Amino acid sequence: MSAATQTTGLVEIRGVSKSYSGHEVLRDVNLTVRPGEVVAILGPSGSGKSTLLRTINHLESVDRGWVTVDGALIGYEQRGDRLFELKEKEILKRRTQVGVVFQNFNLFPHLTAAENIAEAPVALKRVSKSDGRELALGLLAKVGLGDKADAYPRQLSGGQQQRVAIARALALAPKVLLFDEPTSALDPELVGEVLDVIRDLATLGTTLVIVTHEIGFAREVADRIVFIDGGQVLEVGTPAQVFGSPKHPRTKEFLGKVL
Amino acid sequence: MTDTVQKTAPVVVNRGTPPATTDFNALKVVHTRHYVRWVFGALVLFVVLQFLWSLATNDRYGWDVVAEYFFAPAILRGLGLTLALTAVAGSIGFLLGTLLALARLSKSPILNSVSWSFIWFFRSVPLLVQVLIWYNLGYLYPQLGLGIPFTDTYFLGFDTITLISQFAAAVLGLSLHQAAYSAEIIRGGILSVDQGQLEAAAALGLPRHTRVLRIILPQAARSILPNAFNEIIGLLKGTSIVSVIALGELFYVAQVIYNRNQQVIPLLLVAVIWYIVLTTVLSIGQFYVERHFARGAERVLPPTPVQKARRWVSEQWARLDETPSVGAGIDAKSESFRL
Repeated sequence: MSAATQTTGLVEIRGVSKSYSGHEVLRDVNLTVRPGEVVAILGPSGSGKSTLLRTINHLESVDRGWVTVDGALIGYEQRGDRLFELKEKEILKRRTQVGVVFQNFNLFPHLTAAENIAEAPVALKRVSKSDGRELALGLLAKVGLGDKADAYPRQLSGGQQQRVAIARALALAPKVLLFDEPTSALDPELVGEVLDVIRDLATLGTTLVIVTHEIGFAREVADRIVFIDGGQVLEVGTPAQVFGSPKHPRTKEFLGKVL
Repeated sequence: MTDTVQKTAPVVVNRGTPPATTDFNALKVVHTRHYVRWVFGALVLFVVLQFLWSLATNDRYGWDVVAEYFFAPAILRGLGLTLALTAVAGSIGFLLGTLLALARLSKSPILNSVSWSFIWFFRSVPLLVQVLIWYNLGYLYPQLGLGIPFTDTYFLGFDTITLISQFAAAVLGLSLHQAAYSAEIIRGGILSVDQGQLEAAAALGLPRHTRVLRIILPQAARSILPNAFNEIIGLLKGTSIVSVIALGELFYVAQVIYNRNQQVIPLLLVAVIWYIVLTTVLSIGQFYVERHFARGAERVLPPTPVQKARRWVSEQWARLDETPSVGAGIDAKSESFRL
């Protein structure tokens, strides 16, 4: 939404293919996400949209093709005409530029909300322990959970847990935030509070890539919609284009079912 | 208890007849009588009392001899050695076991298969046999030291017999045996941690040692601990095996004494009581350690025995000025279900 002012957070996906034991989940996927852009990825289940999202921060390796964030490969480094696989430490460093919010939250159950958020910034020596707590409290206030700093994840509702997970991803100030079906594991009445937080983020200028089933939310918040089926990008366009006049017959069919 | 008494009358469903207006709270509750339970309870109580009576009256137990030797310096020295063996072999065993478990889960095929072979071998050889082999290592390798590989030239050498004392042989045997078993327990614990936790930790860019020490092991600890305490208690009693190499731990000392004075049962009782005392201490420790690692896994931590006792006393006080009612009866039942 504020794409023009943003300079970092460019994601380029070029010719990415991936198969699991013979079954091809991604086929020659090309996609560019501009700095500060909000992109929603839609598609039927099993279409490869989550896998595509996970290749962006190297949680999933690719068989062919490459993914860059601001021009840098996440897992490799180019020196002359060769690509060197990076040491784990270096991969981790690059990974912190890309935050992930998972479908099942994946909060650390033995740490409190504040500890969950402060863990990475403190472990990566970006802040001291006490500053880490300050940082966590600030982020919790931002997602509307200022009073839950010392609660353990299991003492929170699903919606609250997901908001803590978003705060945790924000703690490293990533250039790109990936959302893997962030509301799919939530009770219907809790979906709204999580979408509100994501909506706020969309106006702040971080690049957001959101895999979602919330069609209404995607239409409202996304700059562009990407439709994937059978591991291929079938259609890319503004919400008005894709929802108003879908070109691909499969997009039409999918939207017909979910709208 | 008083604060949990239901003030409202239970809902009564009547079909056909008009709703009853009786105040059930005013009625007295008669509890169900469990006659069979009472009969079996009395039977068990009889057997227990009979056994306790025999403990007190059968003078072959020789309680005076037990009392005489319970704090004897030799016994206490043996006890100290038993504790030292348990502590040293337990620490080395679990440390090595953790490394073996991590090696077993690593992507390196060499580390993986070496770890597997170690566990396979030391689980295959009986502890007793292993201790004897370590003690007799001097027969196989009279000299140990640093030298040119694959030759008999040493720069720095020791006689195996002086290097591997009885204590060293016992520690080697016990800790290698322990390492093999604890490796599998720790590996099982690590495998029980949800895959999503690893992904979240990786996505946050946490360094490997942070992932292992701060995220994975504390969560694995919940399933590791009950088994680990089992192993440590097993190790504590397992130390009695090293009496075969005449190492003066608790059981060996007891044997030496009864061989001299023929008071076999009383001295075995001395050893038994000490083992019971130590196991009790470990079991209490287990409760608190497990409670510590239950943080976050349970919404409310289970009460400690001290907290339980306090609550029980205050409940009994409260009960003195309380009249039983239907609500209280129901509540007491649900309480006992939870325990």
